[in-house]
Amino acid sequence: MIEEKFDAIVVGAGMSGNAAAYTMASHGLKVLQLERGEYAGSKNVQGAIMYANMLEKIIPDFRDDAPLERHLVEQRLWVMDDTSHTGIHYRSDDFNEAKPNRYTIIRAQFDKWFSRKVREAGATVLCETTVTELIRDAKDKVVGVRTDRTGGEIFADVVVLAEGVSGLLGTRAGLREMPKPKSVALAVKEMHFLPEEVIEQRFGLKAGEGCVIEAVGTISRGMAGLGFVYTNKESISLGIGCLVSDFAATMESPYVLLDALKSHPSIRPLIAGSEVKEYAAHLIPEGGYKAIPQLFGDGWVVVGDAAQLNNAVHREGSNLAMTSGRIAAEAIMQLKSRMRPMTRQNLVLYKIMLDNSFVIKDLKKYKDLPALLHTNSRNFFTTYPQLMSQAAQNFMRVDGTPKIDKEKASTAAFIKARSRWGLLSDAVRLVFAWR
Amino acid sequence: MTIAASRIEEKLFQNRYLVDSGRAHIKVRPHEKPSANLRALTRVCPAQCYELNDKGQVEITADGCMECGTCRVLCEASGEIEWNYPRGGFGVLFKFG
Ligand SMILES: Cc1cc2nc3c(=O)[nH]c(=O)nc-3n(C[C@H](O)[C@H](O)[C@H](O)COP(=O)(O)OP(=O)(O)OC[C@H]3O[C@@H](n4cnc5c(N)ncnc54)[C@H](O)[C@@H]3O)c2cc1C
Ligand code: SF4
Repeated sequence: MIEEKFDAIVVGAGMSGNAAAYTMASHGLKVLQLERGEYAGSKNVQGAIMYANMLEKIIPDFRDDAPLERHLVEQRLWVMDDTSHTGIHYRSDDFNEAKPNRYTIIRAQFDKWFSRKVREAGATVLCETTVTELIRDAKDKVVGVRTDRTGGEIFADVVVLAEGVSGLLGTRAGLREMPKPKSVALAVKEMHFLPEEVIEQRFGLKAGEGCVIEAVGTISRGMAGLGFVYTNKESISLGIGCLVSDFAATMESPYVLLDALKSHPSIRPLIAGSEVKEYAAHLIPEGGYKAIPQLFGDGWVVVGDAAQLNNAVHREGSNLAMTSGRIAAEAIMQLKSRMRPMTRQNLVLYKIMLDNSFVIKDLKKYKDLPALLHTNSRNFFTTYPQLMSQAAQNFMRVDGTPKIDKEKASTAAFIKARSRWGLLSDAVRLVFAWR
Repeated sequence: MTIAASRIEEKLFQNRYLVDSGRAHIKVRPHEKPSANLRALTRVCPAQCYELNDKGQVEITADGCMECGTCRVLCEASGEIEWNYPRGGFGVLFKFG
């Protein structure tokens, strides 16, 4: 297919692959990027909140032409039972700044833009090309890839595996394990279209401003899961995700969950009258720090979701993907400029640099949280939300019951549902996992 | 169940696909009785690609597949299914993602 040898081959044109390819190509490396979709983004799904700081480190003036939907001025966290929600809202005019901190995006459009930047930086980008295999030499060093195009052997000094959560290539080559059902969530999502003004009116926004809602509670039917409602310019992204292991155990259907979320009395009015234009599904890595695989080897590095670099607690993934892609590229560039070969001994530099970044530090902070939430999902996702809602309603309803009796009733309900010991141990474990 | 089934078709109808006819990218291996995980796919696959036939075996029609990988995570290691990406350019093509 292509005769020449490249400095680097990047597999995948998602957030991590584009960051890696852009960084290397814009510093003069000869880069080939391969993407199986018809265009970059055609296979990718995200909520989607994009964090400006991490993109700024790669393309400082991205705001000039990137397809951004709304900058976020408000975030709501809703704890839901079947008929109500208890919420924390944070809204600040400080987020209306010259260079906003977070934006909603539409992934297919964003990835197309990012891919154009990669081409402009000088990389060769081939779409509609699935990489089927890694090529290794006699010493087992990765030296190139095979693709599903005819005559498809291509060689490079190093291969950057930016292949996303499923990571077929790396798992088949035995570089890392396949994700476990308990360390990945399945998310389903719909795009609901509404006129701009209607969205602004319903969420109390001015032009360009955005609001996001994250929701937990009985909507995930006892599974560890999260629902989301994100405002785009003239659409609303709405979805829900739960652990694959929980789905398999409960045999719940994801689209039934999604339809139930849409008809929840707190959500329904927000999307009333909308036109649905797409239904998507994708996995999200949720295993956290303990699920991170070997990140480098002879002739290869792995970045982004393929390496489980995803912070499920804060709903951050794209920024960890972009950052790991950039750091991998910087490590490769350093080795290249010192004329060092792309061996396992030398590529450890990528891990050292990543360990020093927020990516690994953040994931380490929450290393015990996934296990806690997963083993305790019924309490955290059904029992507590129901109790919270009852307590809130009890507090608000004015019916002549003395306030002290109301307080006692709420406390008693918590103790009855979980026992004093259960409550205390949940609280202690949560605090330790969060620390 | 039938309500969900008709709704899922409506959902998938909104999506764009380029189906690679005659080259199914996912196959279910012949089996007598499906395992619990394989049976779960008839409920858990977000595109409802998996269905039970009248002999109680699980079959797949992968046309509406969104390539999420859930079935692979649940059933590839046990050898019950064979999972591959469609050829480059084929399969689901998200307009928004
Ligand atoms: C529903 C949902 C909501 C999310 N919300 C957020 C959010 O709000 N904010 C946030 O920061 N993150 C969010 N995430 C996470 C975020 O989407 C991911 O962390 C991010 O996309 C990972 O980037 P990546 O480049 O590693 O992988 P991907 O973006 O998945 O890219 C992988 C690419 O590789 C290609 N590819 C794979 N295998 C091959 C092959 N063999 N040959 C050729 N090409 C191949 C794929 O087609 C794809 O383009 C969300 C995820 C989901 C599913
Ligand atoms: S990859 Fe996902 S959508 Fe496709 S058949 Fe498997 S579970 Fe269904």
